[in-house]
Amino acid sequence: MASNEILTMRRITKNFIGVRALNNVDFTLRAGEIHALMGENGAGKSTLIKVLTGAEEFESGEIRIAGIDHPIINRSPQEAQRNGISTVYQEVNLCPNLSVAENLFIGREPKKFGRIDWKTMNKRAKEILDELDIHIDVTLTLDNYSVAIQQMIAIARAVDISAKVLILDEPTSSLDEQEVEKLFQVMRMLKERGLGIIFVTHFLDQVYAVCDRITVLRNGELVGEYEIENLPRLQLVARMMGKDLDDLEEIKSEHTSSKGEVVIEAKGLGCKGKVKPFDLSIHKGEVIGLSGLLGSGRSELARTLYGADKPDSGELKVNGQRLAANAPIDSIKAGMAFLPENRKDEGIIADLSVRENIILALQARQGLFKLLSRKEQEEFADRYIELLKIKTASRETPIKQLSGGNQQKAILARWLLLNPDFLILDEPTRGIDVGTKTEIQKLVIELAKQGKAVMFISSEIEEMLRTCNRMLVLRDSSVVGELHDEEISQDNIMAAIAGGNAV
Amino acid sequence: MKNIKIFKKPLYQYSLFLPIVCLILVLIANLIQTPTFFKITIQNGVLYGYIIDIINRASGLVILAVGMTLVVASSGGTDISVGAVSALAGAVCVATLGTEETYRVPYIVAVLLALLIGIICGVVNGYLVSYMKVQPMVATLILFTAGRGIAQLVTGSFILYVKPEQFGYLGNFMPGIPVPTPCFVALIIVLITFIVLKKTPLGMYIQSVGINSRASRLIGLNSKLIVFLTYVFCGLLAAVAGLISVSRTMSIDANNVGLNSELDAILAVAIGGNSLGGGKFSLLGSVIGAITIQALTTTLYAMHVAADQLPLYKAIVVVIIVSLQSPTLIKWFKSIVPKVYTNSNQAVKEAK
Repeated sequence: MASNEILTMRRITKNFIGVRALNNVDFTLRAGEIHALMGENGAGKSTLIKVLTGAEEFESGEIRIAGIDHPIINRSPQEAQRNGISTVYQEVNLCPNLSVAENLFIGREPKKFGRIDWKTMNKRAKEILDELDIHIDVTLTLDNYSVAIQQMIAIARAVDISAKVLILDEPTSSLDEQEVEKLFQVMRMLKERGLGIIFVTHFLDQVYAVCDRITVLRNGELVGEYEIENLPRLQLVARMMGKDLDDLEEIKSEHTSSKGEVVIEAKGLGCKGKVKPFDLSIHKGEVIGLSGLLGSGRSELARTLYGADKPDSGELKVNGQRLAANAPIDSIKAGMAFLPENRKDEGIIADLSVRENIILALQARQGLFKLLSRKEQEEFADRYIELLKIKTASRETPIKQLSGGNQQKAILARWLLLNPDFLILDEPTRGIDVGTKTEIQKLVIELAKQGKAVMFISSEIEEMLRTCNRMLVLRDSSVVGELHDEEISQDNIMAAIAGGNAV
Repeated sequence: MKNIKIFKKPLYQYSLFLPIVCLILVLIANLIQTPTFFKITIQNGVLYGYIIDIINRASGLVILAVGMTLVVASSGGTDISVGAVSALAGAVCVATLGTEETYRVPYIVAVLLALLIGIICGVVNGYLVSYMKVQPMVATLILFTAGRGIAQLVTGSFILYVKPEQFGYLGNFMPGIPVPTPCFVALIIVLITFIVLKKTPLGMYIQSVGINSRASRLIGLNSKLIVFLTYVFCGLLAAVAGLISVSRTMSIDANNVGLNSELDAILAVAIGGNSLGGGKFSLLGSVIGAITIQALTTTLYAMHVAADQLPLYKAIVVVIIVSLQSPTLIKWFKSIVPKVYTNSNQAVKEAK
């Protein structure tokens, strides 16, 4: 270990059943630096953190920490803490009903004659927080303070217990801009003291605001470690996505946009904490793509449009009619359909049959008193099993027994059956095989030709290039750019995602 | 490969297998113990015998089990207040009718009032569970403890007796009809519920919400309303069971009506092969489960087990049946017979 290195992880390998989550990953943290760990979803960031903090075991590799002359293996977060590694997560896990001082010293209270020495405890608590430039009343209970302050108290506690390596896992997700700035001040202060900080975040702006170094992971492998000056945003995005900027194949979608009637018109629509207010109109026959890194607010925008998350500002018109959806059923009746990102949690009804899964949305729209007859249900199910080539033993097979791609087709069938005017597809091709992916892309283009408006969200840029004729780019929960027909290219999308001075 | 196909869905995986086996076991035990068990005679113009007794006494439980099944299916939780709600509804009915030689108000008014009380209790439970997101057991614990207290308040802490003979019709026999009335009531409730669940999409909705309430919401179902309604229905049925119970004894003892019947109702649902985690359900399974429990109770009485030791034996059955569904236990089974597990796993892979 070099003298200023306080943590080295070498050749870390970890398998989940059938999946190599980490493959020979190296990571080095030096004293007095803030080190960003970047990568898209599934890149292995959280697995690496979990291995480090003892939440997961690893198969091979070596972790060393300054001051301990042998490799360490953390079997639990407590053991990691004893070795000097503390973690603060997005959700603060302190006790809201105890005072700030109690939270800081819980489990290690200063004692006098066998009883808790409240005076010393409160005094020390005040000192610890003052050092971080946080001036609050430490005798009040924690729930008096904002999430940001709570997070900083969690950080103060972590640092006070063991001060070598501090891991901040998505700490800024629920903070507003001022709070983020305050957190950065604290981080910089700790850095000055010689702490090594690992910072995990989805927000590119924040990485460039506070970090010194970046380690990029992709598909469980190390892409590289870079000094922040040597890695402009555009390069970072390219590294994360695994695209070589020089080697771009241009694929044009087969269709061009012909502006039909307006189907969706949103003005200042927003949902606090999910997506900042946006304006958007979508026309018949259009495939509109939402692009942006994970956590940029693209799913949230779609959910707000559909009313899955209730918008709290602005207004929405569907086919010229004002729609204030109280629940998704209102949106469905207005002619919308929404295929959610998370198939397992929000899409399939696992134990019900393929037939039931297909007809449920139509039945819900029909209402309680118009039961689709068994014969109708079977006809609908058979038609779409045939049309979308859903591979299933029978229409009565529980949907959970189907493969991911076929489950997705069945869910797609559910929505197509409604014959919607506006169809939102959030990651419709995630985790399914290439053949099915192409089928779904073709289907999307076909639907647009039929005059439907489709919103298409995907992490795979090629897919978007092939299907979309308009593209919105999101960053940090707001719409930051829009690309039309010819402008839609991998370069332009990535430039827009990276934003800032990269364009 | 051949035998793999045969065992692809073993007999014991069919949903009604366990309930029917349990019932048959109990009945066989009875036949050995009491040879006259299946004998039915006519005394005083009504049917008489162990079997009739079981079906008669199981009726109240069948009614509770129907409500409980839907609550479990939609919310993955149980309504433990049904016994107390039965007592409260019974108390309201008796207190309204009065203890004189004639009714103070028309019988139907008292019955409707009792049913209304049941519905109100269901509304309270349903509101807490579905809109306030209180854990079902905690939410229904409120009425579980308070219900009997309110019932005591209604009866003034006395055991009240109803004098007019017609009051006993509902819980015993109607004049000239040899089959006990509760059997008809239970049959009608089961049939109506069954038909409503089959002829409207409600059955599918309840399962859908119980399996995945978030997905159900996105499909356009009002998940909360559906959960709410199952609790209201459960409250209504608890009131019906309470009415039968007070009619059977022509009196109300708020401490004893429906005592421990919530446990029996939950047990009935479990023995019926329904997962207490919610989702798919079989109404018929719960009905068989309810009859099994009553058969078990009657059997234990026939074996001269004291009434106050009875809960122990029931508890043992609960433990066994719930354990059979426990993932931890299944995992443990697999770990002590790893060979069988890996083999079957490989077989699945090969089959693919």
